[in-house]
Amino acid sequence: MTSAVSESRPVGTADPQDPRPTDARLVYFSSASGYTHRFVTKLGFGEGETARLPLMTRDPTLLATRPFVLVVPTYGGGDGKGAVPKQVIKFLNVKANRDLLQGVIAGGNTNFYEAYCLAGDIISRKCGVPLMYRFELMGTPEDVTAVREGLEGFWA
Amino acid sequence: MMADAVKTLETVEAINWNRIQDDKDVEVWNRLTSNFWLPEKVPLSNDIQSWATLTEDEKVLTMRVFTGLTLLDTIQGTVGAVSLIPDSLTTHEEAVYTNIAFMESVHAKSYSSIFSTLANTKEIDDAFRWSQENANLQKKARIILDYYHGDDPLKKKVASTILESFLFYSGFYLPMYWSSRAKLTNTADLIRLIIRDEAVHGYYIGYKYQRGLETQSAERQQELKDYTFELLFELYENEVQYTHDLYDSVGLAEDAKKFLHYNANKALMNLGYEGMFPSSVTDVNPAILSALSPNADENHDFFSGSGSSYVIGKAENTEDEDWDF
Repeated sequence: MTSAVSESRPVGTADPQDPRPTDARLVYFSSASGYTHRFVTKLGFGEGETARLPLMTRDPTLLATRPFVLVVPTYGGGDGKGAVPKQVIKFLNVKANRDLLQGVIAGGNTNFYEAYCLAGDIISRKCGVPLMYRFELMGTPEDVTAVREGLEGFWA
Repeated sequence: MMADAVKTLETVEAINWNRIQDDKDVEVWNRLTSNFWLPEKVPLSNDIQSWATLTEDEKVLTMRVFTGLTLLDTIQGTVGAVSLIPDSLTTHEEAVYTNIAFMESVHAKSYSSIFSTLANTKEIDDAFRWSQENANLQKKARIILDYYHGDDPLKKKVASTILESFLFYSGFYLPMYWSSRAKLTNTADLIRLIIRDEAVHGYYIGYKYQRGLETQSAERQQELKDYTFELLFELYENEVQYTHDLYDSVGLAEDAKKFLHYNANKALMNLGYEGMFPSSVTDVNPAILSALSPNADENHDFFSGSGSSYVIGKAENTEDEDWDF
């Protein structure tokens, strides 16, 4: 961990806004309503294997130090604006994070017509990574099994 | 109503949007206001020709479905969302409920726009009479109204979330069915706007329920959970009867019931609970799911694919001002 920090941070900076390093394989955002958090928790990965992005956009974001998959909920649902949570945009604006991004898993609600899981489509296209899976709200037991087994196979 | 609201908040408080206690209030207010729409924006008259291709049974069914939905939106607009205001924890939460109440009245009015576009006065009157005489429709309205008139703030939110996220769907099934058959497609566009709004309403009221639930004792939490499942099951049994009343004449009751199960699970999730119906009975007809969301039916299961090809999202909408790269 410590070596990862010194390697990825430019020499001589200690800005409190510097991203906090994480070696989690699954990085996710979940708002105060916590659906995505519930989904990720149900996957049953160990504590160090998942990392939650900060709730507040003003807080320092995370810095991935190994390849990872991103899990995001979709916001909005009208004209598609604001579909990707600001906290996720801040995280992906860090080039090192985009470089290590392997794929995206998106949450949403089919009630939003074409905007269902739109955040996953946007991130997939902008970052050139696969949209691996879509789930609704906190995910069904079938979703949890498919994603857990899928990720285990993908990382094996 | 105002007097009650003031009492709950203890002092008369002017709403200050520059001091926020719960960010969800602002987020949902912004989402609801940016989703604002009126039925006049939807070219319903383009459905007149399509309407003429329906059989008499199909027309009667469609009219009855929409009067049933009108009844629920009327309740939610004038009683339901308004009854949540006195229990609000913040002034911003009160404001969100006023928005929800108003939009429910917009929804209720938009069914009248559909009626006046497609049907004659006698057909409209017959359908409204049916909605007053159908025992199962009246029963579901009565069950919900009893909770709105009750004095338990959290039970009111449960009833409200179940209405927003479950009780509408026996009705919403039909315009999605017509849409999948390329019929009444403009009407379906309007219904999708309602479906979108109801999702935000159910999400928000369910969220507020969960915040309230956190403050309760373990015993009370268990009581509310038991109550939620009992109420949902009572309403579900009634909803099955209602679905048969509506759809038996056209042979769609079984297909519609899968849509009920699927949405009952989503209503429970909005309240923070796991679904109660197993996947064996929530397998919604792919044509219906696709009418609801064109993306939902696409196989994006990267994990079970061949691995040689995967889908890169084709979304066009991005907020480039926020992205640095």
